[in-house]
Amino acid sequence: MSAVALRTAAPRRRTRNPEKVGAWTRRLPLLPALIFTVLITQIPFIFTIYYSLQSWNLVRPGSEHWVGVSNYGKVFTDSQFRDAAINTVILTASAVVIAMVLGTLLAILLDRTFPGRGFVRTLLITPFLVMPTAGALLWKTTILDPVYGLANFVLRPFGIGQFDWISKFPMGSVVAETVWQWTPFMMLIVLAGLTSQPRDVLEAGRVDGAGTFALFREITLPHLRRYIELGVLLGAIYVVNTFDAIYMMTQGGPGTSSTNLPFYLYQRAFLGFDIGQAAALGVVVVVGTIIVATFALRVVFSLLNVEEGR
Amino acid sequence: MAGIAESSSSSTRAGRFGLALLTWVVAILFFFPVLWMVLTGFKQENAAYTRTPHITFSPTLQEFRNVFDSGVGAYLENSLIATAVSTLLVLILATPAAYALSIKPVKRWQDVLFFFISTKMLPVVAAIVPIYVVVERIGMLDNIWMLCILYAGMNMPIAVWMIRSFLLEVPGEVLEAATVDGANLQQSLRRVVLPMIAPGLAATALICVIFSWNEFFFAVNLTATRAGTVPVFLVGFITSEGLYWAQLAAAATIATLPVLLAGWIAQKQLVRGLSMGAIK
Repeated sequence: MSAVALRTAAPRRRTRNPEKVGAWTRRLPLLPALIFTVLITQIPFIFTIYYSLQSWNLVRPGSEHWVGVSNYGKVFTDSQFRDAAINTVILTASAVVIAMVLGTLLAILLDRTFPGRGFVRTLLITPFLVMPTAGALLWKTTILDPVYGLANFVLRPFGIGQFDWISKFPMGSVVAETVWQWTPFMMLIVLAGLTSQPRDVLEAGRVDGAGTFALFREITLPHLRRYIELGVLLGAIYVVNTFDAIYMMTQGGPGTSSTNLPFYLYQRAFLGFDIGQAAALGVVVVVGTIIVATFALRVVFSLLNVEEGR
Repeated sequence: MAGIAESSSSSTRAGRFGLALLTWVVAILFFFPVLWMVLTGFKQENAAYTRTPHITFSPTLQEFRNVFDSGVGAYLENSLIATAVSTLLVLILATPAAYALSIKPVKRWQDVLFFFISTKMLPVVAAIVPIYVVVERIGMLDNIWMLCILYAGMNMPIAVWMIRSFLLEVPGEVLEAATVDGANLQQSLRRVVLPMIAPGLAATALICVIFSWNEFFFAVNLTATRAGTVPVFLVGFITSEGLYWAQLAAAATIATLPVLLAGWIAQKQLVRGLSMGAIK
């Protein structure tokens, strides 16, 4: 009995230290990147919480003092904040959904052999590579300008005249530009899904006499589902932070009609210099994002699990 | 190969031709604003804004010259520094981290991965207030090295994810064979694994380059005249008083060109990079 215990205990004691050393040699390569990321992306949030409890205006040095949660009270009674939150949802949802629908259609068109396919794909991904600030400027001027813009030139035979798209439909204009930039991304993701489709299943379905549409609905669409989900999720992560297009095209206006949360927070902090208020806004945005992202992350991880199980 | 059924009768051949034509037309539509940007850059200012757009014009380099005369060079230089330094920093830190999350995983590696992706979900705007205050206090406002560090932090999670997905593809036997051959771990990593994931590292670098080159939010809030990057230079064209479209288009072309060329060359790697390696 005791001999057995000794024999099992001894190696454990001997391996204990190397195990610890082993764990640390495993951790060591990870630490620099992890510490760096925590420092740059997490520590600022802690400060955000602290500043959100202060009243502090940058143009009045020494004005900082503790005010508790009163900044939050202002955030929740602020109708501009509510409008900005609604605008954020509208911009993100409509841009992502429209880009995904267009991207899926384009991916289906591209998923066939025809002359110049590679070149066409190159043309289609180009909008995504354009610097967003440059893209927004181009849309504002050369395309949507009421007098000299291409849009009104094309629509002139239909009697549109000198329609001012950006001041009449500020949000629509921003959505249009965002869709133009993000459709290629959605297309590439869905195209990756289409090309990874098991051809033999499709063949079998065809042999069994299933029509094109039935094949698409019964086989292709279920297969594409996780690609579409991933595209929507990643697109949403980026589009929710849209700042460039609004800054360059509308400056949030007219009024606050195209102000989203990032732009509103920017106005509060850098045009109003109200650090406490802006920080409280930031905290509320983060909490809201965490709630949404918790659901979103589940989707990502269910996708990854599917993949690792393959 | 087409994913949708095709049989060989003349009517479906016409249909296929029609679909190919449609694809071409849509592609040209999507590309047109970019083409128009480049063309307008080569126009003379009075030919750039006309009620009926000019397709034919005598091309001139004058507006490109004007853009360089108005000092875009310094902005390009800043963008180059911020992009190159941050990308290099990301690769140096993310590669070992990805190794510790794939080949020799730490305990609870899932949690660490989860943490990395969750940082991408938090909106940057919520961090800008303290970042601005801290950067101001340590006297780093309008300093290009500050942008390098922030961009590295911004791209680190994506890079860790991407490089990890490339490392997972290195067969375990390769590693074992290399260590059995008498090479020590570090050597085998450098001589065997690193060359195998080199294309993956290049793809990761490309993604980091695109995001850093195009980044606007930090740049516009934390820099001014000394450390301004190319997107900040473009802000000067917002004011609608006075139309300088040809010059604007020339500037936009210069700003966009580097990433455009890189993206065209490496378009296959783009998808994988942007989906953080989740799609192969």
